[in-house]
Amino acid sequence: MEVTAKASVDESQVWGGGNKPLNASYGKMMMWFFIVSDALTFTGFLVAYGFSRFKNINSWPIADEVFTHFPFLHGIDAPMYYVALMTFVLIFSSVTMVLAVDAGHHNQKSKVTFYMLLTIIGGAIFVGSQAWEWKNFIKGEYGALETKGGQILQFVDADTGKRAAIQEFAVGIESDRTTHESSNGIWYQNETVLPTVSLAEVKEGFVSNPDLVIRTQQLDDKGQKTVLSREESLLKIEEALIVVEGANLIRNEYGNRLFADFFFFITGFHGFHVLSGVVINIIIFFNVIIGTYKRRGHYEMVEKVGLYWHFVDLVWVFVFTFFYLV
Amino acid sequence: MAAEGHKLAIFRGLLKFKSNQQKIWGVLIFLSIVTTVEVALGIIKPEILMGSFLRMKILNWIFIILTLVKAYYIAWDFMHIRDEKSGFKNAIVLPLVILIPYLAFILLIEADYIFEVMKDGFVSWNF
Repeated sequence: MEVTAKASVDESQVWGGGNKPLNASYGKMMMWFFIVSDALTFTGFLVAYGFSRFKNINSWPIADEVFTHFPFLHGIDAPMYYVALMTFVLIFSSVTMVLAVDAGHHNQKSKVTFYMLLTIIGGAIFVGSQAWEWKNFIKGEYGALETKGGQILQFVDADTGKRAAIQEFAVGIESDRTTHESSNGIWYQNETVLPTVSLAEVKEGFVSNPDLVIRTQQLDDKGQKTVLSREESLLKIEEALIVVEGANLIRNEYGNRLFADFFFFITGFHGFHVLSGVVINIIIFFNVIIGTYKRRGHYEMVEKVGLYWHFVDLVWVFVFTFFYLV
Repeated sequence: MAAEGHKLAIFRGLLKFKSNQQKIWGVLIFLSIVTTVEVALGIIKPEILMGSFLRMKILNWIFIILTLVKAYYIAWDFMHIRDEKSGFKNAIVLPLVILIPYLAFILLIEADYIFEVMKDGFVSWNF
């Protein structure tokens, strides 16, 4: 057949795979190409986020008002400080990683071990912080009402402009409403958890509290949320259908429904990358300890996981900008 | 091999380091300064930067540019792209540099169009 290789091929014309035309080993190149494809995946997510945001540009939640928590500082408005801290933690763990790679070039086993350990600790702190952010985001702070059209109504004090929590001003009304279970209803519909206050209680509390007004999710020219007058608010609250506390994949108290979906999806996907990075780092860490790479004569595996780890840091830089700053 | 294998100058040769470790700490300091500036701007939100440029706030443009600067130094110095051969460097960077702005451009333009349709159309979204 024509495809049969001729026995008399000039050996000098065939690439045997030994030399490295791009001065990088196979494994390192493949790690880079994986990173390129993963970067494009994250691009898809972040651009989809940008799409939804530009589509709802006049009703998107303001990040400063959503992420205001700092550990051990209860009730203090601290926008962004905690995510900034998380960013520093991740950049610093990136630095210890690159120091580990550098020590690997010099075949210094104990230094590689020490820096890998610091990197793992940094990654663990970051994942823990992200879990804490999620907890605050899911729990919510002030609560809100949702109208038939899916618009979020928040409550502020008319004089001070401060947010008012529905749990605080809602008047206790005797209610026999219980959690609806699938065994009691038609078509096996059920619900998970009842909000702490009912719609009737929030309405009653709002009417009896003349200081309160409603803030809609529509942004005005200055990028602030529109605050209605007391008369408009009294009309608006009649449109409310549901009490919303915190965030889930269907609705959230911060505003546009898509906001929470993208937050969970993108930071979740990134957090999963960090988690898998920590696991891979731990595996390599133990390989360093038992001397696998010392016997092999080079620490290229540390360099490869280092590339992945830096990539995770790189993605966070973008997530930080597009979720918290812009 | 390590010291010879790394290019030790950043900022187009403005800042030269004696060893790779020194360069790493130098880049860390630079990245920290950039992040601090970003966070400070995000908290203060200076009134001058709230103007609009190409349909986006100037402040947001600054954030995006600073992010790209950070990304450049993470990739170039932490991931050692600076030390790779130019063919390999281009194989990694060019697909991203071409595809990402392209995708962002078409989707954001489209989103802006949908926003106008929803705003000026005959369907009410706020009821």
